[in-house]
Amino acid sequence: MTQTSQANTGEPLASGGDWRSTVDDGLKDIASDWGSDKDAFKDVPWGKAMMWIFLVSDTFIFTCFLTGYMTVRMSTTVPWPIPSEVFALTIAGNHIPLVLIAIMTFILITSSGTMAMAVNFGYRRDRNKTAILMLATALFGMSFVGMQAFEWTKLIVEEGVRPWGNPMGAAQFGSTFFMITGFHGLHVSIGVIYLLTVAYKVWRGHYEDTDYEIVEIAGLYWHFVDLVWVFIFAFFYLW
Amino acid sequence: MEHAEGQQHPIGLYLKIWILLFVLSTMSYLVDYLNFQGYLRWTLIIVFMLLKAGFIVAIFMHMSWEKLALKCAILLPPLALLVLIGMMAIEGEFTFLIRALFFG
Repeated sequence: MTQTSQANTGEPLASGGDWRSTVDDGLKDIASDWGSDKDAFKDVPWGKAMMWIFLVSDTFIFTCFLTGYMTVRMSTTVPWPIPSEVFALTIAGNHIPLVLIAIMTFILITSSGTMAMAVNFGYRRDRNKTAILMLATALFGMSFVGMQAFEWTKLIVEEGVRPWGNPMGAAQFGSTFFMITGFHGLHVSIGVIYLLTVAYKVWRGHYEDTDYEIVEIAGLYWHFVDLVWVFIFAFFYLW
Repeated sequence: MEHAEGQQHPIGLYLKIWILLFVLSTMSYLVDYLNFQGYLRWTLIIVFMLLKAGFIVAIFMHMSWEKLALKCAILLPPLALLVLIGMMAIEGEFTFLIRALFFG
């Protein structure tokens, strides 16, 4: 079996040659990975492969929640509360729909950007910049959770939304909202702790004898949290 | 193994994707702000959502530079979820019709 030598060159696969040879090389690559008595994904650090597999399982959990939400929303005969109205805020006398959710979205995207750069500086072995960027990411994450706490408080105290009912319409609104955003907020909170731990260890030089793929693995988790928010934002808040 | 083996890409690429995600998020927010309704709304929401998700996975999570073996192992299994979504959509519609018939 010929061993393809085009492992991880840092180039997007599509940029080398036409698509046919890309697919061909890829299939040979799969055959050599899975057709031998060695580890599959052998040029991938094991931690990264494991994080990806965990994220796939998490994808299934979040999709089950969102599918459950879809089912109850489709099957209720009571009108669904309009998210645009429910999540509107009045700022300086202006009634702005969904404004807090939009800010939360931008904050999470910004934190993904700083995380991507932290991964980059990690591979350049620039410990200080990596740790500072990860700290910034964690701070954005904390502000996200803070805003979510504000949103929950407003919804529970002022709007009277409960998991079993609300004054605006279908009772299932509260249960799906608290379950989905609560589970996502839990992920963000865990991510903040995770990032702070890794940032501290990077700063202390714990990973000096590694290739700093640990930062990329932490980054994968964080980007996934952002990714889930993209779907929640689309299906729960905008739909 | 030398550390240059890892994922190294120019910072500018991340900044471009970051700006792109900002623009896409603004556009999906505008779908609500400008009060688009019906199929136009749903299409735009899904298009912007898939574009954002695609850029996050491909660039920020470095999926476009991974080996095809890993890409297939990670990206193909979630497609099974489409079956679940399809079946639950049928179930939801059915329950709605039954409720409308007996309680409506």
